[in-house]
Amino acid sequence: MDFSWVSNYWPLIVAGATQTVLLLVISVGFGFVLAIGLALAQVSGPHWLRWVAKSYCTCLRGTPLLIQLWLLYYGIGSLLPMIPGLRSSFLWPIVREGFFFAAVSFTLNYAAYEAEVLRGALLAVPKGELEAGQAFGMGRWTLLRRIWLPRAIRIALPTITGEVVLQLKATPLAFTVTVMDLYAVAYKIRQDTLLVYEPLVVVTLFYVCLTILITRAFRVVEMQVPIRR
Amino acid sequence: MPTSPSILELLSPYPPGWGGVLLQGAASTILISLGAYLLGIVIGFVGAAGKLKGSRPVSAVLDFYTTAVRAIPELILIIGLYYAGTDGINRLLSSFALPPIEINGFFAAVVVLGIVQGAYMTEVLRGAILAVPTGQIEAANAFGMRPWLRFRRIVLPALMPNALPGLANLWMSVTKDSALIAVVGYQELALATRLAAGNTKHYFLFFFAAALIYLTITLVSNVMFSSLESYFRRGQPKAA
Repeated sequence: MDFSWVSNYWPLIVAGATQTVLLLVISVGFGFVLAIGLALAQVSGPHWLRWVAKSYCTCLRGTPLLIQLWLLYYGIGSLLPMIPGLRSSFLWPIVREGFFFAAVSFTLNYAAYEAEVLRGALLAVPKGELEAGQAFGMGRWTLLRRIWLPRAIRIALPTITGEVVLQLKATPLAFTVTVMDLYAVAYKIRQDTLLVYEPLVVVTLFYVCLTILITRAFRVVEMQVPIRR
Repeated sequence: MPTSPSILELLSPYPPGWGGVLLQGAASTILISLGAYLLGIVIGFVGAAGKLKGSRPVSAVLDFYTTAVRAIPELILIIGLYYAGTDGINRLLSSFALPPIEINGFFAAVVVLGIVQGAYMTEVLRGAILAVPTGQIEAANAFGMRPWLRFRRIVLPALMPNALPGLANLWMSVTKDSALIAVVGYQELALATRLAAGNTKHYFLFFFAAALIYLTITLVSNVMFSSLESYFRRGQPKAA
């Protein structure tokens, strides 16, 4: 085992870690918002909306993320330049990057998984608490904002931790669409230094540390609102 | 977009079309998944037995195995195991002064995915075994059943209903994880699709078709697992 390369490649590793964390934050952040909408649509939407949300979740959970990513990057990506005016617009520098496609596909995929979790949690909120809210004269929106959603998120929190870690473990796929994330850095180091295992070990340590960090952070959040059983 | 060959021509199963390549890819995806899944079940049963009954060092090693596999991204694990595995075997062979061998991609894929599956399977089966009421196992002991007979007649039928939801999840994840094998260059559905798409430049069409194939695999397995579960839950009260 030879780790003398670490000092040379340190900035690159940090840059890769930033990309990985950025992908994770973007996909979890936007995905969560989308998931709330999808879960609400499944729980209390009109019939057709329920069906749309349900089939969205089934389709995205039923196909590999790699295929979704490649469908977006190669498929949609090859159609995008045909949109008139896009190539000259300010969006083009963002839209032509692999990072954009990775972020979008991770977000859509995360939302599908998270929506199923939230759907269960929304249904698990005790009826009495919702009725108490109604008895206070809360409208639908206030009820959702103050009682239904916070309670559901609290119930789902342990599962959400797991989903976020799974999402972290999905981010290396971005390397297949030219994103210089943590794994891609390890790949580059392997090509430069012809060391196979050492970069993988270092990168793996990063992922494990990130996992520990995420679980710790969520545990702190969970402690804020202790749950009474 | 040039529309010279129609969609049907592109997807036809005979050589000018790429449908055959895709279907072959799908078949090898299913075969890899099945192999890895079965290997995973074997590792899972051995691992669960080791964790529950084994000595302290055995269960410490198994704990490390399951934790490490579940903490490291699948892609890194697959690539690491793939290279480390093939390289390790060749080093072992050369230390015995044997010529290096080219390791069959299919075999390597099955082993690598099987090791990943095994870790998850160990946890699923351990939980399911723990959920079997002790009284039933004691009753089997009281009848003088030997461990193997006890396992076959009492523990296995009682743990299946508990384990099936977890087993179904793992099957779904192995069919999708097998797409990661494309990255190390074995031609299953994902790589076959990329090949077809790259050759014809109809990226959207082919990736969409592949997504549909994966979705079909998932939906069909869903139906199969729910009928399996109702078979194993026969005689149990409806609501748990």
